[in-house]
Amino acid sequence: MMDAGRHPLINLMTYSEIENVGGYIGNFNVTVRKKARYVDENECNACGECEKICPVVAPDSFQEGFSSRKAIYMPFPQAVPSVFILDDQDCLGHNPIACGKCADVCEKNCIDFDMKDEIVNLEVGAVIVATGMDVYDPTEMDEYGYTKYENVITSMEFERLISAGGPTEGHFIRPTDHKTPKRIGFIQCVGSRSQSPIGNPYCSNICCMNTIKDSLLLKDHYKDVDISVFYMDIRAFGKGFEDLYQRSKQAGVKYLRGLPGEIFEDDKTKNLTLLAEDTTTGEIIDHEFDLVVLSVGVIPRKDSGLVQKLLTLSKTEDGFFMESHPKLKPVDAPTGGVFFAGCAEFPKDVKDSVTQASAAAARAQILMNAGQISVEAITSVIDQNMCTSCGICVKACPFNAITGGDAKTKTPAQVIEAACKGCGTCAAECNFDAITMKHFEDEQIMAQVEAILDKDAEDKTLVFACNWCSYAGADLAGLSRLQYPTSQRVIRTMCSGRVDSKFILHAFEEGAPIVLVSGCHFADCHYIDANRWTVKRVEKLWDKLEKLGIRPERLQLEWISAAEGQKWKRTMEEMEEMRKSVTTEEIEFTQKVLKEEREKAEAKKAKRALKKKETVSVPIN
Amino acid sequence: MENDSIRIGVFVCECGMNIAGSLDCEAVREEAEKLPNVVCSVRNKYTCAEPGQQEIKKYIKSHNLNRVVVASCTPRMHEPTFRNCVAEAGLNPYLMEMANIREHCSWTHIDDWDGATEKAKDIVKVSVARAALLQPQTETELPVTKAVLVVGGGVSGIQASLDLADAGYQVHLVEKEASIGGLMAALDKTYPTMDCSI
Repeated sequence: MMDAGRHPLINLMTYSEIENVGGYIGNFNVTVRKKARYVDENECNACGECEKICPVVAPDSFQEGFSSRKAIYMPFPQAVPSVFILDDQDCLGHNPIACGKCADVCEKNCIDFDMKDEIVNLEVGAVIVATGMDVYDPTEMDEYGYTKYENVITSMEFERLISAGGPTEGHFIRPTDHKTPKRIGFIQCVGSRSQSPIGNPYCSNICCMNTIKDSLLLKDHYKDVDISVFYMDIRAFGKGFEDLYQRSKQAGVKYLRGLPGEIFEDDKTKNLTLLAEDTTTGEIIDHEFDLVVLSVGVIPRKDSGLVQKLLTLSKTEDGFFMESHPKLKPVDAPTGGVFFAGCAEFPKDVKDSVTQASAAAARAQILMNAGQISVEAITSVIDQNMCTSCGICVKACPFNAITGGDAKTKTPAQVIEAACKGCGTCAAECNFDAITMKHFEDEQIMAQVEAILDKDAEDKTLVFACNWCSYAGADLAGLSRLQYPTSQRVIRTMCSGRVDSKFILHAFEEGAPIVLVSGCHFADCHYIDANRWTVKRVEKLWDKLEKLGIRPERLQLEWISAAEGQKWKRTMEEMEEMRKSVTTEEIEFTQKVLKEEREKAEAKKAKRALKKKETVSVPIN
Repeated sequence: MENDSIRIGVFVCECGMNIAGSLDCEAVREEAEKLPNVVCSVRNKYTCAEPGQQEIKKYIKSHNLNRVVVASCTPRMHEPTFRNCVAEAGLNPYLMEMANIREHCSWTHIDDWDGATEKAKDIVKVSVARAALLQPQTETELPVTKAVLVVGGGVSGIQASLDLADAGYQVHLVEKEASIGGLMAALDKTYPTMDCSI
C-alpha cells in the first residue's frame, strides 16, 4: 500500500469516482470526480489534533461497528494516503455557534469547510477494472439468527475481533459478555452454493481456507479453545492449502460434515445451540457454543452497474463481470483496452488476485508497448454524390463521427474515420444508399439473405445477431452444449443498428417465415445507444407489415446478452414454434405483396432520378 | 452468380471430434465443392493448428485462391488467426470468411446428425456467397496513449498499478474510499502464509 502511495508514476486519487468514459481502446477520455474530503491532502500531517477535539461520535465501519470514530477521522491507522477526512454527514459544520473546533486547532490550516468536488479529466490508453467485491449479508438467513443473536458474528467481524489493530486490540471476546469464548462453531457456505432463492448458487472460493486460517489463529492465541467447523465440502485445492487444513486438524479443530439447520440462543447464558446432521454417520446431534462465526461468501459489488455502463461491460449470470473468453482470455474484458483484476471478475483470494492483477498489467503493457493499434477496416464511407445532405446519419451516429449533412447549406455528410466504430446504424438509416459499411456492405448481407432462403425457405428462421452480445450469446449456448432446433440461420452484423429495413423486407420477399433481429440489452450496447435506432426501425416495420396484411409477429426483436446462452436456446425454441405456425399461403401472400411494394418504390425512385437529371441538365444546355 | 475471377477455397475443420463427432464433415466438404466460385474444398483435422494453416497457404498458392472460407468455430475466436494465415500467403486478410459450424451447429445439435449436417452445408453456402463479394480492406493505425486508469485500490488495483508504474507507465489509480487497501486492509492475517495483509 505504501509503495503505491509514494510511487512517482502513480497518481493516487482516493475518495474519487469515475463519472464518464469516452473514446476507445488506446484512446480513452475519462472524467473523475475527486470528492471534497474537506482536509487538504497535501498539507495534512496526520497529527490527530482535529480528531481529539471533535465532539461527534459515529460508528466506525472499518471496525465493523464494534467501535466508534469521530466526524473527522483517519479511515484506519495504516491508511494511504495518511490523511484525515471529514464526513460531511456527521460533521456539525463550520458555524462557530455549532462547532468548527477542528479548524481552530489545525495548526496547518488544512481544514476547509468550503472545499468543493474537483473534476479531473484523464487521457489513458487502457483501463484496469479492479472494483472488487462485497461480502454477503446473512440477514436474510433467519435460521442462523444473525440479527437476533449477538454472539452470531460474520467472518468479517471475526477479522476485526482477532486483529491487534481491532477494537479489542486482538483480545478475542464475544459481544454479549466481553469474555473469551471457549467453544466456537464455524458454519461454512453461508450465502454460497445455495440451491434455494436465498444466497447464491456459486462457490465463493475463499471461505473454506479463510475458516481454516481463522481456526489456526484462534489455536495460536488460545490453545484450549474448542473449535468445530460445519461444512459441506472442504475445498483446500491451492498450493499449501491442504497442509494448512491438516495442521488445523492436528491442532484439534473438529470438522463435521453437515450444515446446521437452525441456531437457538439460551436466554440466560446467551450460548448458542445448533442442530446438525453429521452426514457421515446420519446422526443428528445438538452442539452448544459460546460463539458462532458465519463463514460468509462473496457477492458482486452492489454498485458495479455504473462501471458496467461506463465501460460497456457484460455480467455473467452470477453478477460478476464477464471476461472475453472464460478460458483463453480470462483477463480481457469484451471491450477492447479494458482488463480485469481481482474479484470484479469472480471471487479470488489474495494470491489469485495478485496473479490476475499482474496479468492485467502485462496485457495493458502489450497494448501500450506497441504504441499504435490498427483499427478494423469496418468503418463507414459516404458517397458524396449520392448524399442528399438530409442529415439523418449525423443524428444516428452514436459517436458524433459524422459531420456535415446539412440540408440548408446542402453540405453532404462526411465520416471522421478515426471516430467511426463501424456499428453501421448510419448506413441502415440512410434512405438513399449513400453509405457503404466496409466489410458489412449491403450487397454482402443481401447475398447472405438470398443464400439462406434460396432453398427450403419455409423451414428456416433468419436471425440477425449483433457481434458483441447476441452472436456471443449463441456462441455461449454452443460452448455450454445447449441443444435447440436446427432451423435457425445467423447473419452476424457488428450491431443490431446495422440491420437495414431492406434486409428484413428482402428476407420476407425471399420467403422467410420468421425474421429475428437480436442485439444487446439497452445498457449493454457496444455503440452507446445504437440499438435504440433498431427498435424504432423494427416498430416502423411492424406498422408497415400490419398495413400490408402481413402478421407483424413474424418479425421478432429480442435482446440477448453474451452471458445469456440459455436465453438464446429458449428464443430459438420459441422461434421454431412460431415458424411452424406460418403457413405456405401466408408466405406466398407476403412474397407477392412485398414484390409489388418494392416494384412501386423502385418505379418512384427511377422517376425521381430522371427528374433530378432533367433539372440538372437545364443549366448545362 | 459465377464469376471467373473469383476463386474460393473452402476448408472444413473437423476440430477433432468437436465438429466431426456430430455431423458429416465429408458431406459438407463435398457439397461445398459444388458451390459457385469454389475451386477447391478441403477437410482438415484441426485447421487452426500449424499443419491446417500450412494447408490453407499451400492451396492459396497451388489453386491461385483469392478468397478463403474456413468452416470451423466462431469468428470471435479464430478470425484473427485465419486472417493472419491468409495474409502470410499474400492474400488481403479481409478476403477470409469464417463459417461457424461448431458453436452454432455441431455443439448445439449433438443428437441430430442429419439435421446438423444439412445446417452445416447451409452455413458454408452462406459464407461462400458472402465471400464472393468480399473486398480487400486496409486498416488504419491509431496512436495509443501511454497511461493507464486503474479503477479500484484493493489488493488487485494496487498490484496492477505497481507493476505498470514499475514498467515506466503513468498510472491513475482511482479509489472510491478515502484510503486504498480495500477489503484486504480489514483482514487480520491472510492464508496460506498466515501473515499480515497490509
